[in-house]
Amino acid sequence: MTRSLKKGPYVDPRLAEKVQKAIDVGSHEPIRTWSRRCTIPPEFVGRTFEVHNGKLFRKVFVTEDMVGHKLGEFSLTRTFRGHTAQKRRK
Amino acid sequence: MPRIAGVDIPNDKRIVISLTYIYGVGGHHSEAILKEAGIEHDVRAKNLTEDEISRIAAVIDRNYIVEGQLRRQVNQNVARLRDIQCYRGVRHRRGLPVRGQRTRTNARTRKGPKKTVAGKKGVKELRS
Repeated sequence: MTRSLKKGPYVDPRLAEKVQKAIDVGSHEPIRTWSRRCTIPPEFVGRTFEVHNGKLFRKVFVTEDMVGHKLGEFSLTRTFRGHTAQKRRK
Repeated sequence: MPRIAGVDIPNDKRIVISLTYIYGVGGHHSEAILKEAGIEHDVRAKNLTEDEISRIAAVIDRNYIVEGQLRRQVNQNVARLRDIQCYRGVRHRRGLPVRGQRTRTNARTRKGPKKTVAGKKGVKELRS
């Protein structure tokens, strides 16, 4: 079910604060975060995040098109290395 | 046969049904269009007058995105998802279901016809 419009998008307040601070200082260091559930607001555009996928932090560079998606959508949590190659018959 | 919205040539069914042959017009839109154009649902498409046809065409033109334009829009939306590397984009690229459906079984619409893999459970039974 989609989120109630009344509430507005969910942006992790602590992460937003961090981004604001980075903007103020003019720093472009990637911001490390576990907050995959955080919606990307327009202020995040052009910044790099390191989004946890349960194991490691995946670099996510936010572009304009990504606004409105969640950070977690860009840091995949599954590894699929393909099926084992078919054994040749003797 | 009348021509509405470019190439579409609905046949001698009731006009509500005929209109649904246009890509982007289903039952609901069809009814709404006819209501706005002030045309009875049950007229056969072939019995429509020139004037009525142009009225329908005008309503569609004004309020709805159909056919090529709609197809383009859908493709653009998918292309956007692909470009931004998001989960849904990845699913589109791999031709797997996008909305969290199971893929252990089913999902044949997205995955296409079955590709049997040797050694997997069930192959023996298929052979005998």
